[in-house]
This record gives sequence, structure tokens and C-alpha cells, in this order.
Amino acid sequence: MRYVLGKLGFYLAALWAAVTLDFLLPRLIPGTPVDAVLARMSQHGSVPPGERKALELMLGGPHGSVVSQYFQYLGDLVRGRFGTSVTYYPVPVSAVIRQSILWTVVLVGVATVFSFTLGIAFGTIAGWKRGTWADNLIAPATFLAAIPYFWLALLALYFLAGRFGLPVAGGYDTQSVYVSFSWPFISSAIGHAILPAATIIISSLAGWALGMRNMMVSTLAEDYMVAAEARGLPRRTLMIGYAARNAVLPSVTGVAIALGFVVGGALITEQVFSYPGIGTALYQAVANSDYPLMQAVFLVITVAVLGGNFLVDLLYAVIDPRTRRRA
Amino acid sequence: MARTPSSRRRRPVKLYAGLGIVGFFALIALVGPVLVSGAGRISADSMARPSGSHLLGTTDIGQDTFKELIVGTRAELEICLTAGLLAMSLALLIGVTGGYLGGKADQVLTAVANVFLVLPTLPLIFLVADLVHPKNPFVIALIIGTTSWAASARVLRGQTLSLTRREYIDAARVGGESHRRILVCEIMPNLLPVIAAQLVFAFIGALLTHAGVAYLGLDNSSNVNWGTMLYFANNALALQRGAWWWFVPPGLCIALVGAGLSLINLGIDELVNPRLRVPRARAVRRRMESVATAAEVDEKVTA
Repeated sequence: MRYVLGKLGFYLAALWAAVTLDFLLPRLIPGTPVDAVLARMSQHGSVPPGERKALELMLGGPHGSVVSQYFQYLGDLVRGRFGTSVTYYPVPVSAVIRQSILWTVVLVGVATVFSFTLGIAFGTIAGWKRGTWADNLIAPATFLAAIPYFWLALLALYFLAGRFGLPVAGGYDTQSVYVSFSWPFISSAIGHAILPAATIIISSLAGWALGMRNMMVSTLAEDYMVAAEARGLPRRTLMIGYAARNAVLPSVTGVAIALGFVVGGALITEQVFSYPGIGTALYQAVANSDYPLMQAVFLVITVAVLGGNFLVDLLYAVIDPRTRRRA
Repeated sequence: MARTPSSRRRRPVKLYAGLGIVGFFALIALVGPVLVSGAGRISADSMARPSGSHLLGTTDIGQDTFKELIVGTRAELEICLTAGLLAMSLALLIGVTGGYLGGKADQVLTAVANVFLVLPTLPLIFLVADLVHPKNPFVIALIIGTTSWAASARVLRGQTLSLTRREYIDAARVGGESHRRILVCEIMPNLLPVIAAQLVFAFIGALLTHAGVAYLGLDNSSNVNWGTMLYFANNALALQRGAWWWFVPPGLCIALVGAGLSLINLGIDELVNPRLRVPRARAVRRRMESVATAAEVDEKVTA
């Protein structure tokens, strides 16, 4: 329990750092983002009178001390008030986020689970059968990790979608189905997710495989492996129950580090496929200097990544009993 | 370590191959812009296929793609180098200091590194890059460098911690050596392989991050580098219009440099950690001496 509380404390601290960063950044930048945003808003139509004050709270303005602005900002965040989006004016930022968040969570979540499972399985076999064909695939696979996600995605889009007519643009077929909990929609969404998910998996798989392979090799040289083999345990038990079980631990902590990268890469992949997730929202925000939306997307992504890390930490306590005892 | 027949020194093929690839691009970056003239010049020859006069065809406004690529090499590698070195310096400063000092200082530095580690850096970079609107390409490198040091700092901290606890460091301390001398002469040399590997990782990270940031149009569009080339190519729908010669080469160059750097890392890994090498005779596998490798010690310390 103390372990869980300790971790929770850390993630709350990290969250606070992110929120504060989000508050400080627009205020540290020279120039007045508020005027820039207001100018853009007025291009879309009349701006309600309260808008300037709301924007100044988010982005910094001349009124009130920084400290009081900070607390008002925190209060707004707690109540889920992120201001109005410039890109989708006059839709509130929170509505934009609500529409897009689930798309990304499902896409990135499923792709990461696939990539992790496949990579670990691949790494286990490569480490176990060192020097065989499986092991020889590791080096070429690391090249895939060095390819820019989005470049691979665009090529896939061009060659696969263009030539073979795979569905790609958008998260589902907007022509024939509506967003609903029905089979036509779900199957359409799955079909449209295949290519984006595949590019995420291909470019992140090798990292897991290489890490797992190297840990397997180190684990196989441990004395307890020799002892277990001497006892005549079946090879399957040796490979999975003894070697892989221990070798996988650093990879699980690695998820924490990787999640941020995967989300970052997925953001760009989404833009390539016009996937209706948070990455596309961020891209739109960046393209339109939509600071309120940008700030909120950053916060939401941070909360998601921190939450994911927290789950991984809890999982770690389950699979590695030493963590629990020490805490 | 006693040399068994299987671990007889072999040529580190991967390391050489990686150094070859990266060296080739470094050479282009050094001499390329001098040899190529008229890059970026606009001509009426729009979207021309590769030919004798334009080795890699032209862009939608008639710029020579090959010349852009050559000139962009220097800019791209400069950004990569600056961001990587900056991230590494920060990682060294925070990781080694924490690992060496221990105690409260270590706890604070570790907490800072952990926070930076879990924050998603790419959206953060977008946010900062869009707010700053950098004209100078080094600003992008600065932003990338200051947000991507945390993972290396953690590795270096673990390694320093395990080195600091060894007896020869105690001996140096008892012998009255100064902190600076212990750090520079006793610890640093043993950290070198880790530093080299982490530095290469930092370069790969900077390369890919910059490519992504520039692709989304956050690098200043007057800078010519591989990332901005991809941005313009994509904006002009180069692929859809069949102009693969505009879109494929910059990405391929990024992938090649990235692959070269990964090869260097694999090579360093195998040099430093002989266990990862594929032994000649498979029977040797279990008989290898259990040398406490860097990875293991690191595990035990951080566990």
C-alpha cells in the first residue's frame, strides 16, 4: 500500500509540474498571445465580451498578480474550463477534446499492447535461440525503429491504400455510417484503424524485441538457470517460467518511458491518416495558433500518459513481488 | 576476463558499418554545401522527373531536389548534433552528480529526471516551438535538447551509483583525492561506453524528433533541411502527384542516418558486453563466466 501511495504522490507531483509548465509557458514568451488569438477569433465572427478575460486567465494578461492568475487558472482546470477553441470557434475546447480523446486512447492503447506483446515474444525467442534466424532478424528490425513514423505512414498510405483500395482517411467511413454503438460503425472504425495501428506497431516493435533479447541473454547466464536445467525441468518451463519471467521486468518499466514516445509518434501518424483523434486536434491547433486548444491537448495527453504509467507501476508490483516487500 | 576461444576478438562489423554510414553523411554535410551551387533557385521546370540535369528531379516550384538534399544535410546534422550534445550534457550533469553525491541531492535530481521522463515531450516541444516561432534553427535544437535528457540521466545515475560503491573509489577517497579528480579520472573513464551509447541514442532521438516537428511545419520554413523538405513535399501533395523523388529521399536519408546510428549502438553494446555477441559454438552459452555486466549491476542498484 505504501508503494501505491508513493507512486501516486509522484504522479501527482508530475501532474502539478505539467500544469504549472502549461501555465508558465505562454507567459514566458515575448509578445501577447491573447491579442493574436482574439484577432483570429474575430475573423470567424463576433467575439463575446467575456472572451478576453477568459483568455487572459489561460494565457496571461495584465490584470492581477501572477499568483492570483495561477489560482484562477487552477480553478478553471478543475472545473474543466479550457476556454474556446479558435480552430473550431465557437466550440469550447473541452468539447473538442471530448470528441477526439477516445479515438486516440483506443488506437494507441491497442497498438501499444500489440507491439509490446509481439516484441516481447519475438525477443524471448531470439534470446533463447541465440544465433539462429530469429536472432538474426533483430538487427534489421532496429532499422524500422530509426524510420520516421510519419514517413513510413505516408508511404504505406500511398502504396497500400492507393494501390489496393484499403480504407484510410478518417476514423470511419463518414459517408455510410454514424458514430454509434453498432456493428457497421465498429467494423468501419476497425478497418480504418488497421493502417495507422500497423505503422505504430512496426516502428515501435523492434525496441521491445531488442531490449527483451538482451535481457534474455543476460538472464540465461544466471546460476539459477543452470540449476533449473540441471533439475531436468521441461524446456518450455525454463524459457517462459524462468528466463522470460525475469527478463521481462526491465521492459515493463520501459513502458513508462516508451509511452510518451509512442503517444508523440501517434500524434503525427494521426495527422497523416486524418484520424479524428487528439493528434489531429493538436495539428489543427498548431496550424491555427490555437493556444487554448494546444494547452488543453498537452494537458490531456500528459494526464493520459501519467495515468498509463501509474497503471504500469501497479502492474509491476503484481509481477515483481520484490517491489511490494521493499515498500 | 579470461579469453575463451569463443570470445576471441572479432571484427565489430556492425560498428564499422554504422560508422561508415554516419561518416558518409557527415562528409556530405562538411563539403556538400561548398560543392553544390544554386540550391533553392526557383525555375520553370516544375515537378520534373529525375534526369541528367536534375539528379533527383525538381519540386513544385522548380528547385533541384538533389541540391536541396545536399544543403539540407548540413542543417539537419547540425540540429541533430546540437540537440544530442545538449541533452547529453544535461544528462551527465544531473545523472552523474546525483549518482555520485547520493542522499538528498540525489533524491531531488532523480525526482526531477523522473518528472521529465514521464512528461510527453513531443507535445511539449510543439507547444514551445509554436509559441517561440524560432527563426534560428538552433532554437529548435535547444528545445529538443532541453526536453529529452531524462532517460539518459537515469541510466547514467544508475551506472555512477554502482561505480561509486566500488572499492577502488573508496581507496581513492581514502587516498585523499578530490571529488573532481575522482569524477574525472576514476569514474568518467568507466562511464565512457555508457556515455557513448546514450549519446548515440540522443542523436537518434533528436533526428526523429526534429523530423516530426519540422514535418508538422513548426520549424521555420526558410530553413532548408530534411524535415522541412518533407513538410513542403507533403504540403504540395508530392506523393499523390507521383513526385516520389521529392518525398522519398529526405525520409530515406533520415532513416539511413538513424539506422547507421543504431548500428553504432549495437556495435558498442557488443564490444562492451561480450555476452550479447553470438558465440561461435552454442554449447558455450552456459559456460560463460558470470561477469557482472553493466546491465546487471544497474538492475541491482535500481531495483
